[in-house]
Amino acid sequence: MFHYAIRRLLWLVPTLLAMALVTFVIMHATPGSPLDPVAEGANPLSPEAQKNLAEHYGLDKPLYQQFGIFLWKALHFDFGNSFVYKSRTVAEIITTTFPISLFLGTMAFALAVVGGLTFGILAATYQNRGWDYVSVSLATVGVAIPNFVLAVFLIILFSFVIPLFPTGGWGHWRNWVLPTVTLALGPMGIVARFTRASMLEVIRADYTRTARAKGLGERAIIFRHALKNAFIPIVTLLGPMFAAVGTGSFFVEAIFRVPGMGKFFVESMTGRDYPMIMAVVLTYGVFLAIMNLAVDLAYGLIDPRIRY
Amino acid sequence: MASVSSPTATSAVPLGAARPREQGTSLTRDALRRLRRNRLAMAGLTVVVFLALLAIFADFLAPYPYTKTNFGRLIEGPSRDYPFGTDLIGRDMFSRMIFGARVSMLVGLGAQIIVVSIGVPIGALSGYLGGRTDLLLTRFIDVMYAFPRLLFVILVMSMLGAGLVNIFIAIGLTGWVGIARQTRAQVLAIKEKEFVDGARALGAGFVRLLWRHVLPNALTPIVVAVTFGIPEAIFTEAALSFIGVGINPPTPSWGQMVGEGQQYLRSAWHLCVFPAIAIAVTMLAFTFFGDGVRDALDPKQN
Repeated sequence: MFHYAIRRLLWLVPTLLAMALVTFVIMHATPGSPLDPVAEGANPLSPEAQKNLAEHYGLDKPLYQQFGIFLWKALHFDFGNSFVYKSRTVAEIITTTFPISLFLGTMAFALAVVGGLTFGILAATYQNRGWDYVSVSLATVGVAIPNFVLAVFLIILFSFVIPLFPTGGWGHWRNWVLPTVTLALGPMGIVARFTRASMLEVIRADYTRTARAKGLGERAIIFRHALKNAFIPIVTLLGPMFAAVGTGSFFVEAIFRVPGMGKFFVESMTGRDYPMIMAVVLTYGVFLAIMNLAVDLAYGLIDPRIRY
Repeated sequence: MASVSSPTATSAVPLGAARPREQGTSLTRDALRRLRRNRLAMAGLTVVVFLALLAIFADFLAPYPYTKTNFGRLIEGPSRDYPFGTDLIGRDMFSRMIFGARVSMLVGLGAQIIVVSIGVPIGALSGYLGGRTDLLLTRFIDVMYAFPRLLFVILVMSMLGAGLVNIFIAIGLTGWVGIARQTRAQVLAIKEKEFVDGARALGAGFVRLLWRHVLPNALTPIVVAVTFGIPEAIFTEAALSFIGVGINPPTPSWGQMVGEGQQYLRSAWHLCVFPAIAIAVTMLAFTFFGDGVRDALDPKQN
């Protein structure tokens, strides 16, 4: 297992290199340049100014050199200064905003897992009865409707009609509720669907019948025998799901005015903020890879049949 | 579609004999019957057809052109003249919503055509040829998978610039990966079957073998992937337009309307609510229909 983890971590290196390269190529292969004026139809900078700026940011060097310099500096966690926020370094922006996004994402993820499991178990134990329909419809709505649309409905319902929570902001726990719920509903639906399907399968299994024949109580059967086994396929979902929660969050952050990384993510791309784009993409990449690894390792812990 | 059943269904009928119409339910016909019985799927389909009609006949149905402004009546709530109210520069929300259906439908269909025409050949070749080609392609697919999908689309869009064609390109560039994977897995399984060997022994060439014998039998998961790919593309367009890198204004897009309107949610709810409902209903309709198609084509799943 230890060797497996090490090998997977080593695989991270070529994957990240490839991601950096693809991003780099897309940035430079498409028309436009960070030296272009931001506003549409504005006068371009004078050629001398453009030349000076290009020199300052190293944009005048050949592309392979630029990529090499980027890699070398990235190894030292030096991503340079942002092109848009000229006085701030990329590393500083990311270290201040990413934890906020991560915090929001973690809360949403926890809610999605707990809620999804609960609804999934309820749906499976009361198959084709009230709870089942509630869970399945909730899951369908959560999965099908984009979170920025859900956000609108939730704000109307819980900020205007029943003024329970503020429409946006950050810093007080009441601000956290709506963005967390908005972000959690989609993944919650997925978890609920999978839990239901997985539970239904396990409930029909022989060992569940044995447990029932032994005279065990319904609660012990569901939680000690069925859920433990039903949980295994669900775990594989969680890695990519965490990533989806993380990357999906910029809509939610924009609507609820959360000061996370989402804003910089979109701004860096529309503003052609090359150092910022690279850093953001790689941050997500590292994050996604680590989550996937954690899930695979957890998989081995939960399911004794799996050996690495 | 009819050829899905070729290896199994035709074997029951003597060669050359005309198959009676009412007899012999092919897999496709079975699937269609199951689909028709599924009430949710049919409701979804009804909505989809309705949206398609809106999209096609938008020019006749919309009471105003989508660019027509009325500066005397800005940001007005629903009224007799403007059933869904007017937007920030006095354009009719109702007309803009109707034209928005056109954008959504175009993106849903257009992007899928691109996704299929890239993904299916690559997946089929990868699975059929095997060896080094397969290894190279699967490695590439794995790297593409490592990218968070939406992030990649936004990156491509902000670099290419807003516009309908660029949305097709961006979704096409990222979306083919999933379908290529599916096709590859199918082809890998099917190419070992006897009827493929048979066709090869009869002298069928490479292209004919893939096109006539392997692909038709790999169609089911591809069809399912496409039915779910359509709402995903619609969602992607809405999301891109929401953050302002999707459709070029003044072309109306529901996502763009929600994005703009959500800032005025308290003072002018109608700016945001109607397009939000439209997106929600569209996504649900496609999901119900997609679920129905999947269940109908693959009854074992349920």
